[in-house]
Amino acid sequence: MTLRNALCAATALGLFAGGAIAETLTIATVNNGDMIRMQGLTDDFTEKTGHTVEWVTLEENVLRQRVTTDISTNGGAFDIMTIGMYETPIWAANDWLISLDDLSDEYNADDILPAMRGGLSLDGTLYAAPFYGESSMVMYRTDLMEAAGMEMPKAPTWEFIGEAARAMTDKENEIYGICLRGKAGWGENAAFLTAMSNSFGARIVDENWVPQYDSEAWSNTLNFYIDLMNDAGPPGASTNGFNENLSLFQQGKCGMWIDATVAASFVTNPNDSTVADKVGFALAPDNGLGKRANWLWAWALAIPAGTQKEAAAKEFIEWATGTGYIELVAENEGWANVPPGARTSLYENPNYKEVPFAQMTLDSILSADPNNPTVDPVPYIGVQFAAIPEWAGMGSEIGQEFSAALAGQQTADEALAKAQAIATDVMESAGY
Amino acid sequence: MATQQSRSAARFMMAPAVILLLGWMLVPLIMTLIFSFKKYLPMRGGDLGWVGFDNYVRFVSSSAFWPSVITTLVIVGGVLIITIFFGVILALLLDQPMWGQGVVRILVIAPFFVMPTVSALVWKNMFMDPVNGLFAHLWKFFGAEPVQWLSQASMESIVLIVSWQWLPFATLILLTAVQSLDSEQLEAAEMDGAPFLKRFWFIILPHLARAITIVVLIQTIFLLSIFAEIFVTTGGAFGTRTLSYLIFQRVLESQNVGLGSAGGVYAIILANIVAIFLMRIVGKNLDN
Repeated sequence: MTLRNALCAATALGLFAGGAIAETLTIATVNNGDMIRMQGLTDDFTEKTGHTVEWVTLEENVLRQRVTTDISTNGGAFDIMTIGMYETPIWAANDWLISLDDLSDEYNADDILPAMRGGLSLDGTLYAAPFYGESSMVMYRTDLMEAAGMEMPKAPTWEFIGEAARAMTDKENEIYGICLRGKAGWGENAAFLTAMSNSFGARIVDENWVPQYDSEAWSNTLNFYIDLMNDAGPPGASTNGFNENLSLFQQGKCGMWIDATVAASFVTNPNDSTVADKVGFALAPDNGLGKRANWLWAWALAIPAGTQKEAAAKEFIEWATGTGYIELVAENEGWANVPPGARTSLYENPNYKEVPFAQMTLDSILSADPNNPTVDPVPYIGVQFAAIPEWAGMGSEIGQEFSAALAGQQTADEALAKAQAIATDVMESAGY
Repeated sequence: MATQQSRSAARFMMAPAVILLLGWMLVPLIMTLIFSFKKYLPMRGGDLGWVGFDNYVRFVSSSAFWPSVITTLVIVGGVLIITIFFGVILALLLDQPMWGQGVVRILVIAPFFVMPTVSALVWKNMFMDPVNGLFAHLWKFFGAEPVQWLSQASMESIVLIVSWQWLPFATLILLTAVQSLDSEQLEAAEMDGAPFLKRFWFIILPHLARAITIVVLIQTIFLLSIFAEIFVTTGGAFGTRTLSYLIFQRVLESQNVGLGSAGGVYAIILANIVAIFLMRIVGKNLDN
């Protein structure tokens, strides 16, 4: 395990805000680009408030384990934690987080996108402030689509995606019509397939917490996915996650890719992508049942209940997730690099509207509702996951069965029967 | 000759170190044992009281348990066979005087210094990837359909990756053993007209027996707990979930400390069974 403490030794004489005592905040965060960028801009926060910041930067899975261990044992190692949409409702229910309903008017919490606010709240109280948010959408190659003689609608159906993927496929020349996640994991294929199943009318459990993997809707989902991937997917898709598909797409080997909206900036960046100028965007597909196959995720900042520095922590959250920070990044790095998906005002900003994927990202986020994710009602919060403590383990095990089905080691229905057994076992032992 | 007094004085002097080492070993073990008898769910309020042997029963009765034990043993066994077989061959080759010996030896030993996660990633993305991997290009060059290593031959792939990492270790230990072999004996055998295979079987191999025993024991201890290679390549899918991976899933992914701890106790028992078993098989070599 690599532990890299990013120490910001900002010893500048700060301007003390309202005579508050200068504190040192310890913040646990995830090692992705936006967060690393934030660390580089911390001096601005120190200048404004006088507080200094110590960073503990970790890989996503490690961060999750460290932070969970710390908070469940009242370790008190962190004053602010970077957590996802999955953890927030669970931790809030355990009284592990401090409510963020009393942030200043200047912060303007009403500006947060409703879907993000919903996913980061419990019973209407906000417990984590979104730093950036994402959904998923279709990224496709405009040149290949044209060559196939088809035109991508703004809101495609699964049927169209299936046809287009098969039409674009040219295995001789290593062009695969569609790249989708197949790697096992609750944040990998289980996330994609759960979101996909929502558009087929499936759900993880019914209102009485009875698992639904044996339903016809799930069978349709998984069979459609496996047939599509066998016909038009790359070889070895059952071990491809986000990163593998990203590199395939950037090398020009994928006709379509349905994945995180944040990937849009990577596939359109000419430095990394050979197809940067040939990428189009569309909403995630649906089946006319009223739900699309797009997920919703946010990395957000939250304050653990054990902290001694609540006031200073709130100041930091206001700085990092407020509108001022977005302007600061735009000034230093350009508008394409500001953290997306958190605030309504960003999408009303004329400068940001020029970013090619801005509108499609917003539309995708707006069409996801974590409190009402499926066609039929469900008792859980979450679009591509169920915000219950058992989901991560259960989702990973089920993801392994889906992965094995994609690799042709079992049929879709065998995988679903096993998934149903796993889920039933989990629900029983959790006492639902 | 140590007197009674000086011996007890020595014990007294050693006590701090012994107590420290005991604590080092026993505290985690005892904590694991305590947790394994509890319903301990960090996400649902933590310690929810004693549950007797519930965790043990649930861990064993889960459909994932026996496959994971078998997977563990297959990986350990497969890697041991491969590393010892090729380790002996490499050791004999490296023992020959040749030009650039030092460089060759360093190159042979290099894989051992690559971190497990890194080597797993390199293998996964640079060699085994069915689109961009080196193997895929080789297969395509000869007009064959590339093998989807990690999904179609997942166990073989993991055994291959782990073997590649541990081969240097086996080679190094066996090479030192080969070097300590009395060359006069070999020369005498050659004068008497013994062919190479006979010399290998009756002189070299018995001489290597002790080194092989060491390799088997040390590697087994490490291989029973391999994790990174599986985490990076398959995430436990396609029947590659070992016992240690299952425990990881129970404790960290499912956030069920009690159940995972019970699994940990089983893992300790399994490791001891394997170790005793190996000791008995190869132990007689140590008596010579």
